[in-house]
Amino acid sequence: MILSIQNVVKRYADHTALAGVSLEIPKGQIFGLLGPNGAGKTSLIRIINQITAPDEGKVFFDGELLQPKHVEQIGYLPEERGLYKKMKVGDQLMYLAQLKGLSKAEALSRLKDWFIRLDIKDWWNKPVDDLSKGMQQKTQFIATVVHEPKLLILDEPFSGFDPINANMLKDEILGLKERGTTILFSTHRMESVEELCDSIALINHSQVVLTGEKDEVRNRFKKHAYEVRYSGDLGESKAYEIISKAPENNSAIIKLAQPDQTNQAIASLIKQVDLFEFKEVIPSFNDIFIQVVGETK
Amino acid sequence: MNKILLVIQREYLTRIQKKSFWIASLLGPILITAIYAVPIWLATQDKEVKRIEILDESGLFQTSDLVDKEVEFKLVNKPVSDLKSSFTKEGYTAFVHLPKDLLAHSEDIKIYSEKNLSLPLKSSIERVIEKKVRAILMKDAGIASEVYEKTQIEVSSETITVSEKGDETSSSSGGAMILAGVMGMLLYVTLLLYGSQVMNGVIEEKSSRIIEVIISSIKPYQLMLGKILGVGMVGLTQFLLWIVLTIGLSQVASKFYSANPMQQKVEQIKKVDPEVAKKMDDASPMAEVTKVIESTNIPLVVGGFLFYFLFGYLLYSSLFAAIGSAVESTAEAQQFTFIVMLPIILAFIMAQFTMQDPDSTMAFWASMIPFTSPINMMVRLPYGVPMWELATSMTLLVVGFLGCSWVSARIYRVGILMYGKKITVKEMAKWLFYKG
Repeated sequence: MILSIQNVVKRYADHTALAGVSLEIPKGQIFGLLGPNGAGKTSLIRIINQITAPDEGKVFFDGELLQPKHVEQIGYLPEERGLYKKMKVGDQLMYLAQLKGLSKAEALSRLKDWFIRLDIKDWWNKPVDDLSKGMQQKTQFIATVVHEPKLLILDEPFSGFDPINANMLKDEILGLKERGTTILFSTHRMESVEELCDSIALINHSQVVLTGEKDEVRNRFKKHAYEVRYSGDLGESKAYEIISKAPENNSAIIKLAQPDQTNQAIASLIKQVDLFEFKEVIPSFNDIFIQVVGETK
Repeated sequence: MNKILLVIQREYLTRIQKKSFWIASLLGPILITAIYAVPIWLATQDKEVKRIEILDESGLFQTSDLVDKEVEFKLVNKPVSDLKSSFTKEGYTAFVHLPKDLLAHSEDIKIYSEKNLSLPLKSSIERVIEKKVRAILMKDAGIASEVYEKTQIEVSSETITVSEKGDETSSSSGGAMILAGVMGMLLYVTLLLYGSQVMNGVIEEKSSRIIEVIISSIKPYQLMLGKILGVGMVGLTQFLLWIVLTIGLSQVASKFYSANPMQQKVEQIKKVDPEVAKKMDDASPMAEVTKVIESTNIPLVVGGFLFYFLFGYLLYSSLFAAIGSAVESTAEAQQFTFIVMLPIILAFIMAQFTMQDPDSTMAFWASMIPFTSPINMMVRLPYGVPMWELATSMTLLVVGFLGCSWVSARIYRVGILMYGKKITVKEMAKWLFYKG
């Protein structure tokens, strides 16, 4: 486990942001931290970054109790991110890299590599003010990863990115994962969760309400429903129950009477209609999110 | 510690790379030099001699009575109406009409001129007439003119401070007052200037949203401390530049001044008559400056200035930083900056009274209380302050700084992450007791 969060409580004057949160984040994964606005995600991220301290509970980083030296092994891209507007891109990144514990020489050589890789060599002496938003986003991303952190925390990383930059960012994230970086990825954009995450945790009302590996969570929310496409007249059967029918598409959703008894259902179907397609309905994370958040109101 | 150095370095370098820093560094010394160089320069310029006609109906004046350095007089005898139309054409600045009964009605003198007469010229004319009228009146009263000359004395005194041991130092109350005023003013301006620079720096970090990235690398108090020290070093650099450049410029100005023909004449006179030379030296503005330098404990005053600037700055700038952290824009900051500026302004007003009476009870307390002591102690220092008072004041200032920075750091660490909320002083007070 790169990160082990145990019973963390954080109270503010007028509300409790985290009410006994426990989470295990395995090494080398992309871990999705989901939840509606105000659920406590940012509070948790700030505690991991040691910007604030928990009122109760403990956080372990790579087996050790979280302490100041660990900031150099964490990279953080906050949701609201900015740069010093008047400073030159190169100076700025040198400053941020050295704050993360790199020596001057090391920072310089790594930044040069990044500038060559992203093909932005001529930006070094430009003031940030002169950069477009997309260019600033690239700069911020470099600042987040230049010290090669073990844990990378990305808070809504895709917000404000155009499709080209979003794709670049996605490739970089996957590349980092391949090289062994653990990525904690906070978002409420479910399509990127489906695409990138290995595991998720859903936080609502200051508590973890759902956690697990992506496929395992999906399985938990399976309703044993199947989508069928056919031609003919579909009627009732003992083997299944029709949930919805769309005659114009010749399709319907059915639920099996006995879970996993697919053969019986198919046998019953082919007696009535010509069957073209028989497919399990996998719940999307969007559905799961809405369902779980709704249930835990 | 290493990271605080990085912050100091960034704050320092980004500021001294700005054009505005160098403009201020150059303009300061030029202004200071100009303030005393221009009047001296003007005084040494050869003046155009003004020509004045005098219509003397009293018949008391001869051409020999009408002598003045800057004015050339000519006695005329024409009707007033003719003079009115002719004096400008003939190149006269003005003409003076002296009435018949001048001795009895000396207030009836009329001066006619095309333009408004300058005050110095008017007094030159009056001086010459007054001198003659007085001489006549004295003679009438039976006082010899030699007696009159002898009674024309000027009183001037030399002030000497005596220590308990009996050491005497020639002092200069005027000079001490000037020095006190200059240092008080300089502290007042710089405390406000650099304090608000710190505040604007904090606001910039917060409103540009880079703050969260920075404090995921270093602790908020490290960032605050680094910023305050970095800006403080910019201030010290500026002082240093001001001092070096002012000395340099003054050297150039004084070379220029001694190359002046008038000054050369003066030097020649001095060589001929050492008695006159001494008198002239004593009266010159340079003598007063030299006297101040001789009578002041320069290392103490300079050391004191640096100490009070540094700790006064640290105290106030930490408060400015706290304000910057609580707001999102400079406009929003105004309502709070007033709270911090109030003691600085108050200290400056108190300093005016301290300067009048540096040993009053008010001056004593003003130079003890940490918020007012930087300006007020610096105003008292040139007059001489007992060592124990200085030590107490310095200790209290350091304690005050530690207290303020504790308060500020606690407000700062909460404030920098607070967005979209209208902050009140009461709210800030609550932040003091928030846990990490």
